[in-house]
Amino acid sequence: MVSTDLAIASTRAADTVGARRRRRESFIAWLFLLPSLVGLGIFIFYPLVRSLYLSVHGNDIFGGAGAYVGARNYAQMLASSDFRHVLVNTLLFTLLTVVPGVLGALAVVLLLETRVRAIRVFRTAFAIPLAFSAASASVVFAVIYNPAIGVANGLLGQLGIDRIGWLTDPSIALLSVSITTVWMQFGFGVLVLAAGVGGISPEIFEAARLDGATGLRLARSITIPLLGPQLFFLVVVSTIQALQSFGQIHILTRGGPDGATTTLVYSIYQQAFAFGSSNFGLASAQALVLLLIVLACSAVQFGVLERKVHYS
Amino acid sequence: MVLVVAAIGVLFPVYYAVVGSVMGPNDLASYPPSLFPHSLHLDNFRDVFTVIPLGRQYLNSVLQAGLITLSQLITSVLAAYAFAFLPFRWRAGVFGVFLATLMVPWEAIILPNYLLISGWGLADTLPGLVLPFLVNAFGTFLLRQSFLQFPRDLRDAARVDGCSHLRFLWRILLPLQKPALAATAVYVFLSAWNQYFWPLLITSTPTMQTLQIGITQLRDAEAANPGLILAGVTLSLLPTLALVVFGQRFIVRGLVAGSSR
Repeated sequence: MVSTDLAIASTRAADTVGARRRRRESFIAWLFLLPSLVGLGIFIFYPLVRSLYLSVHGNDIFGGAGAYVGARNYAQMLASSDFRHVLVNTLLFTLLTVVPGVLGALAVVLLLETRVRAIRVFRTAFAIPLAFSAASASVVFAVIYNPAIGVANGLLGQLGIDRIGWLTDPSIALLSVSITTVWMQFGFGVLVLAAGVGGISPEIFEAARLDGATGLRLARSITIPLLGPQLFFLVVVSTIQALQSFGQIHILTRGGPDGATTTLVYSIYQQAFAFGSSNFGLASAQALVLLLIVLACSAVQFGVLERKVHYS
Repeated sequence: MVLVVAAIGVLFPVYYAVVGSVMGPNDLASYPPSLFPHSLHLDNFRDVFTVIPLGRQYLNSVLQAGLITLSQLITSVLAAYAFAFLPFRWRAGVFGVFLATLMVPWEAIILPNYLLISGWGLADTLPGLVLPFLVNAFGTFLLRQSFLQFPRDLRDAARVDGCSHLRFLWRILLPLQKPALAATAVYVFLSAWNQYFWPLLITSTPTMQTLQIGITQLRDAEAANPGLILAGVTLSLLPTLALVVFGQRFIVRGLVAGSSR
């Protein structure tokens, strides 16, 4: 009797001690999370809500939100041919940066793999453009692209090719900005894929080589399939980066010539800040389109990763 | 061979930026183009300081990127500790909210942030430059991942010995987490140093602007002397070049963490 009472009493005591400790730890957890929660709340969640609010309001002359206008900004955006042009530019720019960027990085990594001795030197060489910001890369390329004294036209001239208006010809400008972007992000792709190759166990290569697989065959049936997750990650991340590109467009072309390099992000900037337009309603409607596209890309990535986890 | 050609192609703009910075106007404008200097023009590195307030802008960039890195490290360590070691209600849900913020493109919410910061009267100030970036879930995500690898026994032993949470964090956990902390710091510093859109919007006077804005203004100011522009670019690259060359393994680590998320 007495001993069971004691036992019950002691478990109760343990319970209260345990519960108190848990309460204490939970309190400390929220305390530790507080700075992050405040920051994310003020600078991410509140702006998201405010974007939605701005997108269904007009503008007063000071750029503040005017009267409620419902879906008018969205209707105006969808009806405008300029906006369709912007979407086409965005798609083209994404393709022109993602496809060559990923394929180029893959080619380099497959070649790197066969020359083990020099791998570190080469990897560092390809990683160096990572040190360049959008601003520094764009300024260097602006000098290179300069129509009169730029080294790009200078070298083409040596080959007997006429001068190209890299940034002034509407049919070339988007390609020129894309070249700069691919160059900036090339090192990222090489590092991601090289880390992927480094993660493949050497025995697999050994076994394949014993079976007589070399060069292209080894790449096609072993390395590339095993790099699947890294390639997929790289495609998604490069797509998101392309959708967010701003600096190189602003510095090299200001969205021109004749709107030829105005992508979605640049259009948001122009509506909100350029030419003194301050059309915050329209800019916010476009910002939400950008948000939805990027979220869709992330969702695809997340969905595929989920499935991979389930099957493995 | 293909590799060498590719490497030359990739490195050419880097070479041109550095070598062009010591070329005089005659070399840079010559035809056929000269790819190495015929005379050294170190003047460019002196003159660039007179065209833009480069020293002040360098200091602004160091303060901006330094403050952002420091703040993200501190807030991320605390949040990651809570997610990794402390039981509390809705832990999975709150972590999901953190992850969700990583999917929001900053460009989509830059306008409301601009309205907020300028509404507080902080446009064209250092606090205005750094405030929106003091917290980011990336560091929390990367560090939590690393904290979860910490042996449970060791932590329980420390707790039984009456070691408080902060003491455990500071004395035992963090000294063992230097690679993860370095990876976070390198990543955050690089992206803060290289920022362009936000500093362009929120600063207007040259002495408040960062290096990234300064070098683009060289382009407007001195289109006639490309060497000067390239000298500015070369100076702006020194910290990030050092990080990429010497901190490469930390960058790779950050990337791998990113790719497994």
